[in-house]
Amino acid sequence: MNMPFTLSTLVPVLPEIFLACMATILIVVDFLCPRNREMLAQLALFSAFGVIFFLFYQEPGLAFGTMFIADSYSVFFKVICLFGMLMTTLLSGQYLKVEQIRQGEYYSLMTFSVVGMMFMVSAADLIVVYLGLELMALSIYCLVGLLKSDARANEASIKYFLMGSFSSAILLYGITLLYGLTGTTDFAGIAKYCSETDILKNPALLTGFVLILCGFFFKVGAAPFHFWSPDIYQGSPTSITAFMSVAPKAAGFAVIGRFLLMAFPESHEQWGSLLVIISLLSMAVGNIIAISQQNVKRMLAYSSIAHAGYALLGILAGTSEGYSATMSYLLIYGFMNMGAFGVVILMCSKGNRRESLEDYKGLAKSNPMAALLMLIFMFSLTGIPPTAGFVGKFYLLKAALAAGYTWTVIIAVIFSAISAYFYLRVIRYMYMDEPQDEFITQYSPGLTAALVISAVGVLGIGILPGSIFDWAARSLVCF
Amino acid sequence: MTFPILSLLIFFPVLGGILLLGIGKENVKGVKIMALVISLLEFVISLPLWFFFDKTTHHMQFVERHSWIKLFNIEYYLGIDGISVLFVLLSALVTILCVLVSWNSIEIKVKEFFVSLLLLEGAMIGVFCALDFFLFYIFWEAMLIPMFLLIGVWGGPNRIYATTKFFLYTLVGSLLMLVGIITLYMQGGNTFDILALAEQNYPVKLQLILFWAFFAAFAVKVPMWPVHTWLPDAHTEAPAAGSVVLAAILIKMGAYGFLRFSMPILPEATSAMMIPMLVLSLIGIVYGGLICLAQSDLKRLIAYSSVSHMGFVTLGIFALNTQSVEGGILQMINHGVVTGALFLGIGMVYERTHTRKISDYGGLATNMPIFASFFLLFTLASVGLPGTNGFIGELLILLGSFLTRPWVALIAASGLIIGAWYMLWLYQRIFFNPVNARWNGIRELGLREIITFLPMVILIFWIGLYPNSMLDYMHVSVAHLLDQVTGNPAGVTSGVQLGVDAAANVVPHLPQVSH
Repeated sequence: MNMPFTLSTLVPVLPEIFLACMATILIVVDFLCPRNREMLAQLALFSAFGVIFFLFYQEPGLAFGTMFIADSYSVFFKVICLFGMLMTTLLSGQYLKVEQIRQGEYYSLMTFSVVGMMFMVSAADLIVVYLGLELMALSIYCLVGLLKSDARANEASIKYFLMGSFSSAILLYGITLLYGLTGTTDFAGIAKYCSETDILKNPALLTGFVLILCGFFFKVGAAPFHFWSPDIYQGSPTSITAFMSVAPKAAGFAVIGRFLLMAFPESHEQWGSLLVIISLLSMAVGNIIAISQQNVKRMLAYSSIAHAGYALLGILAGTSEGYSATMSYLLIYGFMNMGAFGVVILMCSKGNRRESLEDYKGLAKSNPMAALLMLIFMFSLTGIPPTAGFVGKFYLLKAALAAGYTWTVIIAVIFSAISAYFYLRVIRYMYMDEPQDEFITQYSPGLTAALVISAVGVLGIGILPGSIFDWAARSLVCF
Repeated sequence: MTFPILSLLIFFPVLGGILLLGIGKENVKGVKIMALVISLLEFVISLPLWFFFDKTTHHMQFVERHSWIKLFNIEYYLGIDGISVLFVLLSALVTILCVLVSWNSIEIKVKEFFVSLLLLEGAMIGVFCALDFFLFYIFWEAMLIPMFLLIGVWGGPNRIYATTKFFLYTLVGSLLMLVGIITLYMQGGNTFDILALAEQNYPVKLQLILFWAFFAAFAVKVPMWPVHTWLPDAHTEAPAAGSVVLAAILIKMGAYGFLRFSMPILPEATSAMMIPMLVLSLIGIVYGGLICLAQSDLKRLIAYSSVSHMGFVTLGIFALNTQSVEGGILQMINHGVVTGALFLGIGMVYERTHTRKISDYGGLATNMPIFASFFLLFTLASVGLPGTNGFIGELLILLGSFLTRPWVALIAASGLIIGAWYMLWLYQRIFFNPVNARWNGIRELGLREIITFLPMVILIFWIGLYPNSMLDYMHVSVAHLLDQVTGNPAGVTSGVQLGVDAAANVVPHLPQVSH
């Protein structure tokens, strides 16, 4: 473990270092030219693009001893997180103008949170996981509260901070228990220790294990650790809600996946059935409560809980097929959810956020393009072909069935059918009701680009999913 | 033939629909004309299928096969045989009529209406052509999107309830089938190729589970009793074109699913489940018919009569012999033609009266004699008058089911009597009773409407007088299908000879012009 420290050992961390530098530069630029917001967005875009590009050419490697792994698995998730950042930046321009958010810290904080996520997905050690997670979480707490004059945003921020701290404490407690019993925080070390002794039956170890998972489930918003998400989704600036529904979730799943696979590979039977419960509970809570929501952002919050449940289907299978299904699904979910939030932002105008479902009545008449886009995203979230949501779900169901979880899959498809009800309601309002107030939607270049990317992604992946699936499967070779 | 005619048939209307989106909102007439041209061209493109189809083989024809998603061994695999060819043609034909009947009755969002209709056509044809189970599922589900909009946007007062019910019913069934499809894929050697899946043997227990999983999707679509309750709502609220597509094509897909998937892939389960399926069909026939007698809503009555008629279809299919299965397929076409025509007629009259209540009508024959004659023909075809197509289909089904289980045919025949009762009574109440003064001066059918009816009239007599022209397409494929089910090319349970010969034995009993 005691490798001599040289600068060359930092090569695998270069993308993270670069991004952290960019985050700092963003603050400096904001300080030096306080009037030029456009440039901040462009810089953020450039950094996200640059890092994605760099990641594809990066050699796999280890850094900080074995604490940090840059492998194809982490690249896949890093790309999802950066994609989330990219799309959010595109969506933000118009939204920030409408809501008059002037803080230059916006892009910088977002970039910092992505650095945190990148550390999370590359972490092979619980300490690094924790560091990354906190960097991500602290940045997002601030982002959630950016609308300083809005009471709901303040409430959301404080709520998120309190609950997030609590979950971090639980996670830390779990880590200490695990460390106390096995003497290491290294994933591989834990696995080694467990296979050499019969400590797996020790109730204290199980407690620690479950507590750590609770901390992670909180981050991905799986039931019963979901109580924060509807309020926070509703209170945050919409662009940040979009960001939160994609990037941190992907990072959380990456950690869950790596932790289970590297630290507890042999006790799949135990955690498999634990995940079945969490997964089905998430689908139940998400899909059933979403039916009664009247606010679009709240509805999408519950839908994201349900989708966390679907994504867990792949991980609970514990097979490489399952993992690649979950990975593909998270990417697909990124496309469709970013698109849906893009339309929510499109609806927003000065002084009137139009976040209620009622505001969507007759949208097809007043703004046919916006309605058509929303239709595509809603059908994709329901999982109707030929959209990406269907192929993603198909892959998950197949993986879980192949692993023998027949009943779980049957219950999952029934919940999926239930979910159709509230997604369809949006379409019903848009197409089958009369418009309430006429308004003109503004398409800024950034927002247009984001919507086009999402729509093309949703339909393109829906029709030709092969390359995404192959990439996800290839990314797992490192295990 | 290397020309990708099936792909063209599937994607031409889709592309046409997308092109249609480009036309300006104000140019309503242009939209209509273009939609008509696209649907006519589509029909012309489909005609080579009729002429170049090889009736002497059960192998798939016009095959196109390309790898699609390699990871799962999913292929873009299209082809048609004697079972599916007629439905492809029917779909192309019915879409033209749908465009014609919607000419004036659709007043809002005209462009979107025709786009939905054309997208629906592409998906429908895709369903009948797909030979890869995954591809089939894509089309099967994609169909829901335009249909959901057709009913929900352009439907009647209670349309939102109806369309949501339709969507959810179908979706639950389809998703259960999806689980079945994936299971089959894993048991059947990691392939979605329908023909390869049918060549393997599966444990009977697995077959039974899969049978019911597929049943969930297909029975909802047919719809079989007791999962039929979405149909009356959907039919009643849908616009005329929606009802026509629903009656003529969409609900045929359930029965087609049984023929294409359940029977060849799960033969033992099919044989084992024969009696339960026959009983469900019988309940559908009698129950659907009796409910018709109590209806006060015109469209609802025809919708319930569909339940009854589709009961005949599933009865024919699950009686598992040549006559009955051929009768079942022919009856699917017949029902598509006749019920499609009835819904066209109702659409036309509704456009004038804006009421669907039967008691509001009366004496229409005085004011609309041409319409009354057309409707009389459709009514008689619906009750199976000899000389019309309904007679041939029902006769073959009864004949076949009598050979399998005589008591089944006995009960089913009672359905015919009920059918004649409610249809003729309906005709009497609308066209004969004392003239309702409200309808004095009602417009008689226009030329466009008469043209819309003509193809249906021709088909009714064509199939009624010369059924062999249709049955010829099926003989070999049906014989092959039954071989697959029984696993015994020599004969079926009833001892009737199978294949072309057996069909030839039946044919002399049918009214026909040739031979």
